[in-house]
Amino acid sequence: MSATTTNPYETGEKAAVPAKDDGGLWGYLRGYGQRVRGGDMGALPAVLGMLVLTVVFSAARPSFLTPLNFANLLTQAGPIVVLGMGLVFVLLLGEIDLSAGFASGVCAAVLAIMLTTHGFPWYVGVAAAIATGVVIGLLLGFLVAKVGIPSFVVTLAGFLAFQGTVLWLLDEGTNISVRNEVIISLENEFMPPAVGWGLGALTVLGFAATQLIQQRNRRRRGLPALLWQVVTFRVVGLAVLVGVAVAVLNEERSRNALFSLKGVPIVVPVIGVLLLVWTFVLRRTAFGRHIYAVGGNREAARRAGIAVDRIRISAFVICSAMAAVSGILAASMARSVDPNTGGSNVLLYGVAAAVIGGTSLFGGKGRVLDAVLGGLVITMIINGMGLVGWSSAYKYVATGIVLLLAASVDAFSRRRSAASS
Amino acid sequence: MGTPLLELRGINKSFGPVQVLRDVAFTVHPGEVTALVGDNGAGKSTLVKCIGGIYPIDSGEYLMEGKQVHVHNPRDAASHGVEIVYQDLALCDNLDIVQNMFLGREKKSGMILDEPTMEQLAQQTLAGLSVRTVKSVRQQVASLSGGQRQTVAIAKAVLWNSKLVILDEPTAALGVAQTQQVLELVRRLADNGLAVVLISHNMNDVFAVSDRIAALYLGRMAAQVKTSDVTHSQVVELITSGRSGTLGLVEEGAAA
Repeated sequence: MSATTTNPYETGEKAAVPAKDDGGLWGYLRGYGQRVRGGDMGALPAVLGMLVLTVVFSAARPSFLTPLNFANLLTQAGPIVVLGMGLVFVLLLGEIDLSAGFASGVCAAVLAIMLTTHGFPWYVGVAAAIATGVVIGLLLGFLVAKVGIPSFVVTLAGFLAFQGTVLWLLDEGTNISVRNEVIISLENEFMPPAVGWGLGALTVLGFAATQLIQQRNRRRRGLPALLWQVVTFRVVGLAVLVGVAVAVLNEERSRNALFSLKGVPIVVPVIGVLLLVWTFVLRRTAFGRHIYAVGGNREAARRAGIAVDRIRISAFVICSAMAAVSGILAASMARSVDPNTGGSNVLLYGVAAAVIGGTSLFGGKGRVLDAVLGGLVITMIINGMGLVGWSSAYKYVATGIVLLLAASVDAFSRRRSAASS
Repeated sequence: MGTPLLELRGINKSFGPVQVLRDVAFTVHPGEVTALVGDNGAGKSTLVKCIGGIYPIDSGEYLMEGKQVHVHNPRDAASHGVEIVYQDLALCDNLDIVQNMFLGREKKSGMILDEPTMEQLAQQTLAGLSVRTVKSVRQQVASLSGGQRQTVAIAKAVLWNSKLVILDEPTAALGVAQTQQVLELVRRLADNGLAVVLISHNMNDVFAVSDRIAALYLGRMAAQVKTSDVTHSQVVELITSGRSGTLGLVEEGAAA
């Protein structure tokens, strides 16, 4: 603000200070209702979807709602969720990465070759796989941002080329098994119950602490803060969710008395850390803010002095690097890498996870959490239909329909918010 | 009147063989609204882009507060306190008001965005401009009306200790009430001590808020006069023919 102050209009004006949430809790709920009706539905469709799927599938097959299947669901969701997290970045820019599935296949193949063929330790293999993802992302991002080819075409070409690369890496299609215990444990081992409880408690306490500090800072500065009821609700809600999940997962799942099977799958904290890191990047750093800005209005971002090309390239790099992580998880789950790793419908599931969770295909709107919620919905469909015994034919059709449904919700909420402004 | 904030002398600018600005002189004083008028193609936008550093000038002097400066790009202009609010606003619909106002110049503590500080500054700026129409600074820009968006764009320009704010047709797309709001805001900027350049086609707006009028005619400055010294029809004549009675370009110039 310019320092000159002789302003006849400035008599005691504090007008821009927003009206405090005078309505209290009721006002907050009404505001939420308005946002939902205005098209900003957030996680609502995904959460409702999960509830409906749980009811339907557990009615059809009671085994759907068992600790064993819950643990299966989480491990199955791993690769899809991680792929979806990467795709969120590209979707936020209003771009698409059709090659992410086979990119994850290429990276998984690199991992398998490093570990099994050359016998490197696991961290070298992981680093090589992620570095491969970064290189792929740089290449895609360069072609999109600097050369100016639409991302649809660049990544469609990548889709084909990476499929070929996997075949070439795997000697025309031989299957390489992965035997490294650390990699295998990601999708096949479980944490001791006590560690599960400890990490769960840490999650809840960490969340509560950041919420409280944030709100206290805002109050201290005289800024409108959230109602304490809302903060409490969030913290208690998370605590209940985490508590129930850990308790269920710590139950004995083994039907064989000879060995025990219990604990939270190791992939869960892996996803938790990725969620935390990328949410922090998107929400709390200038880089994340600039990703939203470029996705919302590229020209405005450019005029604001943002290096638009660099932002676009880095989104593709993040997407492909996350595809590499997804490939590592897929290799861990299958205990091997074959030419179909990352192929067939893997990419579709990743995109569907992001979109079902609430990330917009039109750019500018989305969260990393969306991929987690949407990935769980997708996995429930795959898993549930498998239990019911439907053939692949039905699974594909059903998944396609769900993706279309999610995209319609997206288009609908976009129309809604355009109309309400 | 003391030293003008901005003074341009003998500015020339060509795009290839086409000379768009010829020997243009232009002064802007702090605390005043200077209306820049002219027909389509008279060179208003080019002149503004030269001031904003988007186009380099071919020749001529560019003085800020009496001292000659060199402006080669938008960053140079911003460092001298020049901010331009474009007609198409350049706001991100998916971000809220605070995020838009600080876009590209976010306040940080360490690598973390300092949201409370940004929110406070945004509120103070809006309050200082007596903006009453915005419910919350955490509203998404998509949910704002045209006048409110214009307000945010102007507040964004004011936030950066700017001395000269250039508004390109700020009321072109607005209804009557919103136009009134924005014009009041424009007046308030000048009353706060800023120098304001208002580009407008609307003579009512020009006469409602401006202290001086600068009329461009075919790339030349036809006249720069006090608003109180001229009538509506004189300004229209300046715009359409480059001269009006004793005002304006002399014969041979007008024939160009």
